[in-house]
Amino acid sequence: MKAMTYGELRGKVNHAIDGAAVFAWKRLEGVILATGEVMTFAIYSVRAFFARPRRFDELLNHMEFIGNKSVFIIALSGLFTGAALSYQIYLGFKLVNATSLVGPTVALGITRELGPVLTGLIVAARAGGAMAARLGTMRVSEQIDALEVMGVEPRQYLVSPRIVASVLTMPLLTGIFDFVAMFGSWLLCVQVLEMDEAAFFDRTQLWLQPSHINEGLFKAAVFGLFFSAVCTHRGFTTKGGAAGVGNSTNRGVVLSMVLIIVSDFFLTSLINFFYAVTDPTGGRG
Amino acid sequence: MAAALGSEAAVEIKDLKKSFDGKDYVLNGIDLEIPKGRITVIIGFSGTGKSVLLKHILGLLKPTSGEIRVLGREIGGMGVEELTRFRQQYGMLFQYAALFDDMSAVDNVVFPIREHRRDLTKEQMRGIAREKLKQSGLDEKHFDKLPAELSGGMRKRVGLARALALDPDLMIYDEPTTGLDPVLTEMVDNLIVSTHNLKQGTTSVVVSHDLYAAFRIGHYIAMLNNGKVLLAGTPQDFLDSEIELVRKFVAKGVHKA
Repeated sequence: MKAMTYGELRGKVNHAIDGAAVFAWKRLEGVILATGEVMTFAIYSVRAFFARPRRFDELLNHMEFIGNKSVFIIALSGLFTGAALSYQIYLGFKLVNATSLVGPTVALGITRELGPVLTGLIVAARAGGAMAARLGTMRVSEQIDALEVMGVEPRQYLVSPRIVASVLTMPLLTGIFDFVAMFGSWLLCVQVLEMDEAAFFDRTQLWLQPSHINEGLFKAAVFGLFFSAVCTHRGFTTKGGAAGVGNSTNRGVVLSMVLIIVSDFFLTSLINFFYAVTDPTGGRG
Repeated sequence: MAAALGSEAAVEIKDLKKSFDGKDYVLNGIDLEIPKGRITVIIGFSGTGKSVLLKHILGLLKPTSGEIRVLGREIGGMGVEELTRFRQQYGMLFQYAALFDDMSAVDNVVFPIREHRRDLTKEQMRGIAREKLKQSGLDEKHFDKLPAELSGGMRKRVGLARALALDPDLMIYDEPTTGLDPVLTEMVDNLIVSTHNLKQGTTSVVVSHDLYAAFRIGHYIAMLNNGKVLLAGTPQDFLDSEIELVRKFVAKGVHKA
């Protein structure tokens, strides 16, 4: 076999690097374009909510579906998340004789991170998936076209109430998750591990600030916006029959979940930066 | 062209072109006038752009170039809100009825009334809806059933009642008899004619590939081929045509008739 000259090798390497760069750029360009499309869709839909005719009946229906029908699964997840997290933290803190800090640590972790993130993931899977499937089915069976032909703006009727309902409902569900998770933590720490109840509550009250809870609730509203915008957009733009509906639902849910987890980091950084600027004394902890 | 039937045009299409990819044209210079107050049937082989043309008339697609005037208004340049308001003058029966599957038959018909006639009480809305369902020939015992519980023919009747709910000036039927047996096909054809005769001045546009139906119900027929109008005229014009493709198409339709 003839050995490759230096020039040929260099050419091949350059070609491979060029190909990789073009591939990466195309993917990035696709992501940027898709993000822009979803953002435009969401902004239009939120604005359309305030246009006439008002869609309060639809809003309440969707809040009932997203919120009320998610309460049980959220509460159940919260209970066991609180208990499991408490047990892990208890085991760790026991090594350094700091078990009295289990309560506040769990409270901070739940209210600031796990509460909104897990609620977001659960609701995105349950309600977001249902949104994408419902709108996708309506698209492929021409029900959305029928709305348009009837002189009804389909985004205002179908998408706006779903997005607004998700933004309003997510903080409420997160509040329930937080509360039940702390109940689970109390159950395990005080009732099972026989930790001092007064210390559990005193320390938690001492360390947990209203701003921590607000941070979680704010994140929850943003996650609600993200998953509902992504899932409704996927459903609304479905193509290709039953397979298309399945594809939209799958992609909508997966993308929502990834978005929630990735954006959580950036939101946390942003919120802490905000508090660092507005509250330089750092009393928030 | 519409003048041939002694009436003004409800829909005027001038040099309409549509390309989805910028290269191939699905519609390649359509010139057509749909006469007011008549039943016009748009026919053609599959893939000739009938549905794409229909979507342009409805304003669901924007033309690449050309002009579409519906009921005297240019719709190509209308914004979303203006178009949404304008569409209240349309009634459309979709190929598979496109009923809202979470609403009963009567609620499907109430829906457009509730959206556009907010001055009416709920009882009045339901009253109109029931009347339209009866006009469309649906038995009262099926009024509260969901679309999934209705047969194909019944769903068409509900779809028709919903399209008629706002007494539209322009009724559009997209392949209304596709997939139906001969008895149901004739029933739907008769329904189109009786619906057309309900309100004087209503313009009906039927997209079909069934020439037999076109001759039975159409006052005016337009045949599309390769994104252009091959021939537009009365049924007699089609029978007299020397165009080879038209003669072939007509031969099949007349033979069936």
